[in-house]
Parts: sequence; C-alpha cells; structure tokens
Amino acid sequence: MNGVIAHGAYLPHFRLPRRDLGAALGTSAGTGSRSVACYDEDATSMAVEAARVALCGVAVRPGRLYFATSVPPYLDRSNAAAVHAALGLDRAALAVDMAGSPRSAIGALLAAADSPDVTLVVTSDVRIGLPGSGDEREGGDAAAALVFGPGTPQTPVLATAVAHASSTDEFLDRWRVPGQAYSHTWEERFVEHLYRPAAEESFAAALKLAALTPGDIDHLIVCGLSSRSAQQFTRGSGVRPAAVSPTHNNLIGNPGAAQPALLLSDVLDRAEPHQTIALVSLADGATTVVFRTTERCRDRQPAAASLAAQINGPHRIVSYPTFATWRGMLNREPPRRPEPDAPAAPPAHRSAGYKFGFQASRCDACHQVNVPPARICYSCGARDQMTPISLSDVLGTVKTFTVDRLAYTPSPPMIAAVIDFDGGGRFRCEITDSAIDGIRVGTRVRLTFRRLLTTGDGVHNYFWKARPVNAEPRGSS
Amino acid sequence: MSSRGIRDRVAIVGMGCTPFGEHWDKSADDLLIDAAYDASDSAGIDVRDLDAFWLGTYMSGVAGLSLSRPLRLTGKPVTRVENMCATGSEALRAACYAVACGAYDTAMAVGVEKLKDSGFSGLTRHSIPGDGIGGTLGTTTAPANFSLLGPAYAEKYGVAREQLKDVFTRIAWKNHRNGAVNPRAQFRKEVPMETIARSPLVAGDLGIFDCSGVSDGAAAAIVVRAEDAYRYTDKPLYVKAMSVVSGAADGSIDPGYDFTTFPEVVASAQEAYRQAGVTDPQREVGMAEVHDCFTVTELILMEDLGFAERGIAWKQVLDGAFDRDGRLPVNPDGGLKAFGHPVGASGLRMIFEAWLQLRGQAPDSRRITDPAGKLGLTHNLGGGPGECVSFVSLVGTELSG
Repeated sequence: MNGVIAHGAYLPHFRLPRRDLGAALGTSAGTGSRSVACYDEDATSMAVEAARVALCGVAVRPGRLYFATSVPPYLDRSNAAAVHAALGLDRAALAVDMAGSPRSAIGALLAAADSPDVTLVVTSDVRIGLPGSGDEREGGDAAAALVFGPGTPQTPVLATAVAHASSTDEFLDRWRVPGQAYSHTWEERFVEHLYRPAAEESFAAALKLAALTPGDIDHLIVCGLSSRSAQQFTRGSGVRPAAVSPTHNNLIGNPGAAQPALLLSDVLDRAEPHQTIALVSLADGATTVVFRTTERCRDRQPAAASLAAQINGPHRIVSYPTFATWRGMLNREPPRRPEPDAPAAPPAHRSAGYKFGFQASRCDACHQVNVPPARICYSCGARDQMTPISLSDVLGTVKTFTVDRLAYTPSPPMIAAVIDFDGGGRFRCEITDSAIDGIRVGTRVRLTFRRLLTTGDGVHNYFWKARPVNAEPRGSS
Repeated sequence: MSSRGIRDRVAIVGMGCTPFGEHWDKSADDLLIDAAYDASDSAGIDVRDLDAFWLGTYMSGVAGLSLSRPLRLTGKPVTRVENMCATGSEALRAACYAVACGAYDTAMAVGVEKLKDSGFSGLTRHSIPGDGIGGTLGTTTAPANFSLLGPAYAEKYGVAREQLKDVFTRIAWKNHRNGAVNPRAQFRKEVPMETIARSPLVAGDLGIFDCSGVSDGAAAAIVVRAEDAYRYTDKPLYVKAMSVVSGAADGSIDPGYDFTTFPEVVASAQEAYRQAGVTDPQREVGMAEVHDCFTVTELILMEDLGFAERGIAWKQVLDGAFDRDGRLPVNPDGGLKAFGHPVGASGLRMIFEAWLQLRGQAPDSRRITDPAGKLGLTHNLGGGPGECVSFVSLVGTELSG
C-alpha cells in the first residue's frame, strides 16, 4: 500500500464572522468565523491551490489525480481535467472526479492509498446554505491535497494507511437535488441516532485490523457535517482527550468534502515519528482510516504553509452582503457593460497550456521570456525557437497598476497590474485577495489560479491572477 | 525599401462633419448621408460622380455596402476599413493614396460611428471567439489601460500625483473651453476645474471628466489630385504627410516598456515630419488635433509628438502653451474630450478642424491666432499603452517650394 508522501492545505483569504452574519440577519449566529472562498474561487480553483501547496518542492509526478468535492463546478464533464491542466500533469496521468458528497472524499483517499501509481487526491468544498441556516453558519470553504506514493529518498513516505473499515447506511440526513444550491437536512437527533453506531462500528473494526486499542491512538480526527454526532462519537471513543485533534470549526467552519484531508494535513504537520492517527469520517455511514507515521514524517517539503499558519496568518473580513453576493444569494445590478465573451472551446483548448498551466516560452536565441508563449520572440524576432517554461510558481513585482471601476467583474472594482516576473517575462492581470491600498508599485506577488467568471451559458472561465505575497501566511515564500 | 509619402500630391477640396453627440433620432445611415453630402456640397461635386469611396467604421457596419447602400451608389468601388480608434484616419489615408497613385481622379473618405445605441458605458469590443483571457491586455477597460500612464510618468519625472491630477484637470478644462464655442461639439459648456477635479473616478486617477465623450457622428473628405484642386475650391488643403505605425504589441510583455510614452506615436510622428520635411515641429506646426481619449493621453502625446521636451510637458500644459491662444493650440475644436469620440469619424473630424482653421473658416469666436503658413497636424490613436496603432498627418494650405 502507498503512503502519504506529501500534503497541503488551502484556506481562502476571507472570513465571515458569525457575529456579523447574525447581525445582518437579525438572528443569533454564535461566535467565531467561517472561511469564505473569494468570488473568483470555486472547488476546482481551490483544489488547484491546495495541490500546488502539496506538490511544492516535491520531485515526483503524480500518475493519477482523484478530485473529490460536493460542489463540482461542472457536471457531464470532469473537473479533474482542469486541475490536471493547471498543475501541468503528464498527459498520460488519469484525472477523474469523485463528486457529489463529502463521502466521496474518503473514497478518493482510499482509492489513492490502493493505487499502483503515485496518486494525488484533491478535495475541495464551498459550503453554502440558505440565509440563516446551519449550513451557512457552520460551513467553511477550503481545499486539501494528499499525495500517495511509494516514496523516494528525497520524498519519503510520511505516513502509511495501515487499516481502514467502513459501515454504510442509507438514510436521509441531508440531500440536494442536482441544480439546487442548498441542501435539505433532517432533524439532528435522528441523525445522531444513526451516526454514532456507524462511527463506532468502523472505528472498532479498523482498530481490530490494526491490532490497536483506543488508548493507542495519538491523534483522533473526527470529520462530518453533523458536528453533534462527531462530538458524541469523540467523547465515547475511548481515545485520550489530549489525543483528540481540533476541527478548527470555530475559526474556519466545516469544509465538508475537504475536511478529512485538511485535518489530516494539519495533524501530519504536528505528528511525531511512529505515531498512530485515526481518521473517522461520518458521512452516509462512517469510515475509519488508521495511519502510522514513519521515521521521516517530519521531513516535510519546507516551502509549504501549514494549515495552522494559514488559520493564524493574514486574512480579511468579508461583510455579509458581500458574502451573499459572492455566493449568488444577492442578485446585484450588473455594470452597464457588455458581459465578457465566453471562452470558445477550440481557442481555449489551443491555449490550454498557458490559460490553465501558465506555460510561457523562453527564446532559445536570446533567452527572453515570452508571456504568453509566442512563435516569434518579441525581443529578437527569432521564429519558432522557443522552449516552454512554467511560470506559475515564479514570483513577480508590480511595475504599475490601476483600479478599474468600469470593468465587468463580479466584485468591482477590478484591480489590474503589470507584473514583471523574476528572471524575465511581463504579465498584465487582475489582482485578487487584496484591498486597493494593498497594492503599490514594487509589491511582490504570486500567481493564483482563479475563475474569472462564469458566462451566461455556464462556461467557467479559469485563468491566473496575482495576489500580494504579504497576504499569504509565513513559510510560503 | 523606403517610405516616400505623397507630399503635395493630393488635396482635400471638400469636407463635411455632422454635430457629434447623442443622435437618438439618427441612424448611422442618416449620419453618413449628412456628412457625405456636406462634403460633396462644399466641393461642388455630385457624390455619384466621385470615383471611389473608403468608409471607416469600427463597429457600426461591415463592408462597403454600409456606405453604398444608404448613398445608393451604383457600380462604384467602396471599401470599409478599420484600424480601431484610428479608423477614420485610415479611410482618409486609403483615399489619398488611391488618388496619389493615379488609380482615381476623385475619392471620398467618410467615417461614422453610432456608439449610443449599445446602451453601454464606454467603448465595447468586437466579439471574436477567443480563449476568454483578453489577450495580453487582459480584461481591463480603455480608461484603465490609459490610467497606467499617469503613475509611471509621475514616478519617472518626479511629479507629485496630486500635481499630475491638476495637469489632467487643466487639459480637460481647456478642451471643454474650446468645445463650448464649437456648435458641432458634443459638450458645449465650460466646466469649472473644481467639477473636473472632483468627478467620480473611472480608473486609476482618471475621473469621468478625464474621459472623452461617447457619441454618434460622421465626417467626410473629398480628395483630388493636387493639380486639380482649384477646379473645386480656391482654398485647397494639401496633404503633406500621412504615417501609420502599428506596434508589435509588446509593451504588455516587454519589461523594458515603462508606460511613459507611446513608441508607436514617436515613430509615426518622426515619419510624418520626415515626409513633410519638418525639422522643427514646435515652430512649423501651427495647430494640432490630437487623440485626447483621456487627459493623460494628451499629456503624453505632447512629448511623443515633439511639442515639448521629455518630462516638461506637464509644466507647459499648466502654463497654457497648448491653449487656443497659446504657442501651439492643441484640440482647438474641443478634441475627443468635448467634441466627442464616435470612433470611425474622429480621424476625419480632426482633419475637418484643420480644414476650418488653416483656411480661415473657423468663426472669429474660436479662430486660432496665427496658423497662416504653418501646418496642421492630426494625431489619431487606436489601442492603448503597450499595444497601439498611431496615425499622424500633416496638412497645409500652400504647396512647398
């Protein structure tokens, strides 16, 4: 069985304080905050960001990609293909969705653990609910990625899945018909009545397979959208209270399908060698996966930012009206500008290497970087002497910028900048995750994969934007 | 290889220009008919007797049919041309070159645009199937693209951003002042500097009053061989130079570009001066109509066209050098700012002002003081900083010796 050789968490830059949510709706919404995907993010774009964190500094190339989410941006075509393109994975690598429910994330994780290839699991979720609902209040937006593989001296196995067991049950705790934006839920007490035994069954079975007792567990992660069920199971699990891993729900909310991998990544950042981790997911029954950390579990790729760093790092508060607008719950007057054209399929495919993978080209004759990739070099005029070069991880500096109050954007005004990359290449793009006063000439920026907008016929227009490096948590530059 | 130009080979002998503005009750066809017949009437020639036609329109019609249909031209060569905001100038260039080469005795250039029918603010783009990322310009609007110039200029020449805003305001104030006395202009009211300075921001430091008027309009010119000119008018306007430069669109990809100049404008101006034998534009040019799509553009153009040394145009603007009674009147008709900017018509509207001023036909209320013997310059720009086409023409009332 493959082990975890890399992992990464991605938290969007915004938080909605529950106090503000309650104030806006005239209700009591509790304390803390939930994480909020920016207007230009969706499950796919956040999955790309989490995978970039996981793959940062990792030498191995995944041969498979499993993408799990409860909110696939597309149906009838795979969203994993966009993630695959944005990561620049090999054409021969399989990329498939496991979509529709938080349960699918556990399926993706187990399939990756069983996979004969180096396999990237990305899980991502944007949790929304009707205004005033528990889903809106308690949900969160995030993504997380795990890479399973046999390990190499440079990229060792950090933890191995030693056992897993499931129980499956058919019941209506929550459901959403395709096309609907919000889920329906049944009464919490009924749900608790079913989840606790399901979790206990899978937990007992997995521990038996691994020849462990609850007291042997060093880190217990309990996931599930029914937080009362999760708490009840946790209390009765027999695991030492000190070994119970925090869910961070108070600060970031519950990110549904992303929660298992997110919290596993969090624990792997803290775990010591030769520790035992039990990951219990309560969804349509329950699954328990037992991991054992290896001698080299602290040898994590150094450049990636941990979940803890992201939770405690820079973020911005979003107001409830803005949050509601971003999630499509508040239909605002559009700008008096034509709606931007939808990407046409053939040109979008021709430029996929650039549009999705941010592949530019370097001139073999004069070594200047051409963005986008060009046949004729802007600098020396050499024709068809180009070598592809990926710039998606290269930092840049703002040469000049402007605030466009006329442009068509779901969240005006648009901030646009001219960016010069370290090592050459210039790129004009939108700035995201930044207030107007967060940008100056000279501001250091990093690219981030975003959804520019969704056109009237439902095409998600993905492309890269830039965001200030100082808006990111420490340890990520 | 060499670009030789057509100095003094052709003359403009008739012009027409509709009022620019919100023509809710006129179609593009109506505006074309008005401008074409104004021009032919002023030359004393029947439109149907002209040999060839070039129609410039950015997005208000396709094909020569957009002109031959409303004018009911039969059996004539009619071609539609387009070069973004320099479209009107491109129509004139085609007509002049066609006559200069001897293919036709007479030709008409006409430009039209009907922008107000779209219901949108500002210019819109053609819809060409693409990958959805807007090319190297990205998805920003025209004012945002041009607003990149101000901060770069301020930084390079050590001008405070607030001081530069005063320069923008001074340019808008001047052009509105010129437009106020021009009956064809879209905006015919002076605007106080405080109103301009405090107008809501559109992009960067540019407010609403830093942007040209979105309008409808048409303008036309009739071109003949220079030696035939006096058959139509006793005051012909000779074409001294016409230059178009289309850039490599590398400003948005070349870290060497610094957003304080339009290299395409510099190149087209130098080429036009060379064609016309102009060695000192500040002395030899008596008036200029330049592409003030945004106030900051006019500032940059003063340096790119050689009307001011690098880094000091902002001071000369504040000193009034380019006012109607200044040392080199710029946009005496109000410019794009106050006259309005119906894209395909603007290049010909600029020539129309040179036609009126250099031939002494502008009314006393707005006549510039000393154009006699000097040249008129028109400058028309399409695109924006880093990616543009630039047109420069020079016209004069006298043949060179």
